[in-house]
Amino acid sequence: MRSVGTDQARVRTIWQKLHIDLPLLFCLLSLMTLGLFVVYSAGGQDMAIVYRQLIRIGVAMTAMFVIAQIPPMFWRKWAVPMFLAGLAMLVAVLLFGQMGGGAKRWLNIGITSFQPSEIMKIVVPITIAWYISQDNLPAKVENIVIAFILVLIPTLLIAKQPDLGTSILIASSGIFVIFLAGASWKLIMACVGLASAFTPILWMFLMKPYQKQRVLTFLNPEQDPLGSGYHIIQSKIAIGSGGIHGKGWLQGTQSQLEFLPERHTDFIFAVFSEEFGLIGVAALLLVYLAVVMRGLWIAANAQQAFTKLLAGSLTLTFFVYVFVNIGMVSGLLPVVGVPLPLVSYGGTSMVTLMAGFGILMAISTHRRFNA
Amino acid sequence: MAAKRVAIRNHSAEANLFARRSFIALLGVIVMLLILFSNVYELEVNSYEKYQTRSNSNRIKLLPVAPNRGLIYDRNGVLLAENEPIYSLEIIPEQVEDLEKTVREVAELLDISQEKQDKLFKSLRSKRRFKPVELHSRLSDQQVALFSVNQHRFPGVFIDARLKRSYPFADLTTHSLGYVGRINRRDSIKLEEQGLSENYAATRNIGKFGLEKFYEKELHGTIGHQEVEINNQGRVIRTLDYTPPIPGKDLTLTLDIELQMIAKRALSGKRGAIVAIDPRDGGILAMYSNPSYDGNLFVHGISTKDYSKLLNSKDKPLINRTVQGYPPASTVKPFLALLGLEEGIVTPETEVWDPGWYQLKGVKNKRRDWKKWGHGKVNLTKSLEQSCNVYYYDLSYKLGITKIARMMEKFGFGDYTGIDLHEENRAVMPSVEWKRARYNQSWYTGETLSVGIGQSYWTVTPLQLAQAVSILVNKGEIKVPHLLKASYQTIVKDGSNELVEIPHQVDEKRPIQLKNEQHWDVVLDAMHNTVQKIGATGYNAFKGTKYDAAGKTGSAQTASIGQDEEYNAEEVAENQRDNAMFIAFAPYEKPEIVVAVAIENVAKGGGATNAAPVARQMMDQYFGDRVIVSKTKHFHHTNTYGEKYLTNSGSH
Repeated sequence: MRSVGTDQARVRTIWQKLHIDLPLLFCLLSLMTLGLFVVYSAGGQDMAIVYRQLIRIGVAMTAMFVIAQIPPMFWRKWAVPMFLAGLAMLVAVLLFGQMGGGAKRWLNIGITSFQPSEIMKIVVPITIAWYISQDNLPAKVENIVIAFILVLIPTLLIAKQPDLGTSILIASSGIFVIFLAGASWKLIMACVGLASAFTPILWMFLMKPYQKQRVLTFLNPEQDPLGSGYHIIQSKIAIGSGGIHGKGWLQGTQSQLEFLPERHTDFIFAVFSEEFGLIGVAALLLVYLAVVMRGLWIAANAQQAFTKLLAGSLTLTFFVYVFVNIGMVSGLLPVVGVPLPLVSYGGTSMVTLMAGFGILMAISTHRRFNA
Repeated sequence: MAAKRVAIRNHSAEANLFARRSFIALLGVIVMLLILFSNVYELEVNSYEKYQTRSNSNRIKLLPVAPNRGLIYDRNGVLLAENEPIYSLEIIPEQVEDLEKTVREVAELLDISQEKQDKLFKSLRSKRRFKPVELHSRLSDQQVALFSVNQHRFPGVFIDARLKRSYPFADLTTHSLGYVGRINRRDSIKLEEQGLSENYAATRNIGKFGLEKFYEKELHGTIGHQEVEINNQGRVIRTLDYTPPIPGKDLTLTLDIELQMIAKRALSGKRGAIVAIDPRDGGILAMYSNPSYDGNLFVHGISTKDYSKLLNSKDKPLINRTVQGYPPASTVKPFLALLGLEEGIVTPETEVWDPGWYQLKGVKNKRRDWKKWGHGKVNLTKSLEQSCNVYYYDLSYKLGITKIARMMEKFGFGDYTGIDLHEENRAVMPSVEWKRARYNQSWYTGETLSVGIGQSYWTVTPLQLAQAVSILVNKGEIKVPHLLKASYQTIVKDGSNELVEIPHQVDEKRPIQLKNEQHWDVVLDAMHNTVQKIGATGYNAFKGTKYDAAGKTGSAQTASIGQDEEYNAEEVAENQRDNAMFIAFAPYEKPEIVVAVAIENVAKGGGATNAAPVARQMMDQYFGDRVIVSKTKHFHHTNTYGEKYLTNSGSH
């Protein structure tokens, strides 16, 4: 690391005081800047859309900066109340939530409406990390079972909205904590077995028809090329036709001629691949890898079990975004509504993600003083 | 929960455990990234070409561009079929916000009928929304101007300029030119079978009959393409490439439109047909069937009312009478005479006594001559000059039906001439076999006698007659009659257009070989006399011409007349009156034109008074002021029949 040099002290004094982790910030800014260029291309070369995205980046950066100032132990202290409040809001969403796009996700609190499920993306890993870190690691089986239940409650509430993408992300965030806490491999295997046994039940009783359709489409998109298969077919055409070098920025015919749907939001990776090709994809994946490595490095160097678990979970959940989004856009996974983190156009997920990175930065920069 | 707290935490063990798990997680992340990357690699490298193709087929469309149909000219370069620009109003539903409102407003502006609006809404249901639909098929110049000024009010509605086939001479040329019409389902299936669908992708009309159909391949041309980039709405963003269509070949016909006009005038008010052929090459100079109709009506789809009017007219204008069978009557006598000479049954000198009737041995029935008191002593020349029936009863009886049929078939009777039209009728050359096949009956000798005067089952088309006369004047050489003189192909050479003429190749059939070549001249000479000799049947009609014509009359019964009844044109129903026929050629020495005329149900007289004058008008037009004097004007001196008639056959 460059920071471990003679100027270490000076760097520390500036950035440590601001509670900013410079390598992480550099990676995040690269992703958001790249996002601006791709959004401009995908949004019909409309500067208005770029300005709106810039405002969101501003809001997200502010959230990150503010949260970075809060000592990580604060979250541990407030884990239980936050978790209970979050659950209450999720129940409220199911009861009084606003409909939008065939799902109840939004809660109106007079001034503004927001998605409680977004808040739970942060609260759930905090809660599980809090719960697990009370005991010695590796976590005991009974603790793991209780942690599982704690994860399952919000996951199911969100799945019921229905919001498959978010419930996957929330379930992963909890499960990552359990995994990092040293759940035995036997247990992990047993869970995997249980999950596969659970799949038919999920299919028959819990999944909505549109969700089933997504899975069927994923298995054979060419079955209905103009209907449900249209998204994924056009997306694969966009990626595939990009080739090694790509068609060039603003030159992607699939996106510029609007054959690709949802091109500036969930399917922005297809636009990126079409215009920047395999080389661009490799670079993008490397930046994501850098974020993950820095996040895990912060986690490994954290002082407490709670901060280790939380930092690790937040980092790995971020990667789940990447994997699910790119996986679905390139036809590896069924289509679920997960954006490409920090690149896709859209405010809510960006603010949540940056809030998570704010916590990571707090963990990275507050530890000296908490030791 | 506080009870759970453990006093001693092994921090380094926890840190080690966490580091191990983090490392495993990192490995997992790297593996997942490699999966993502290899999947993208598969798409962008291994399947690149496949997706590149699909991407292009998404955005690049080939818009077909219809070639201009070849023009048709008469032999003197007069335009007979042209492409006239017309303007139609089109609407793309996808680009229109409120379809009903827009259509109503446009209709109000341009005064389009409610019926047309209803039709549009009906056709909208079956069309794709981004394809143009025709709102009005033919805009007047005024409507074009009116709409152009108001175009900004109607996004999605536009004027499409197209070329429409047009026949400036209308009914004068319909039966030979035919017409083009909308490609219908049957046409599409046929094009598909011929593998031509692609070439017709932008074409709306196709030749429905006549020359337009026969030469469809030549006239149509080759499709061109405009390669355009489109967006997901199918809207054209820009043109990438353009391959111009190759226009169809222009055709020049052997027809002479002025002769055609004369034919129409001559037949005005009558039902009938005229065919004029240049015997030297088989080129058809005129081909007119009256009454006719305007082929332009069919180009844009004829209304049901107009069509049923044509269909139900008792004059049957839709029938092309030039290729329809008529009883030939006496016009076939020259051919029978030739056969008689060939078979040695008669010589030019053989005389037959005509008392006005003919009776077969052992048969009660008497055949009457058209001249009640008979022609007296009749030789071959006189038999044609006077159109003596008894001579031919006797001759045909002696020949028998089989010999007659075999010879007449050589002259093309009962078979297609091979003209460049699909609508030709074979008509009927009766024979023993034909009657057996057609009616499953045996042949009666009495029928042979009727055949001898061109009646009974025998029918010929005016075209067949003209062809047979051409064969006669060509002394056996057979040149297939045709309407096409030459076609012209535009070839782009070094950037400039070059017109290349492709002359029509005249087909020839195996010539008729006579045992004695002089027999041709005997018959031709007799036909010459028929027109030139005072008192002969064709004399009056051609009196005073400056050219030297030859010919033969014919008057055909269309209804049978009883044994002792007498035919009186004024008493029988109009459609049972006699048909008038005439065949002619001129000049006698070196024939340039052969004319065959058929006029149905004439009020009075026969071929000599009704059809021959029509043939003369045609020839008058053809020769104009040319003076052609014959070297063989002997007939003026031999005015009486019965004395030996000297022919100078073989002397020229």
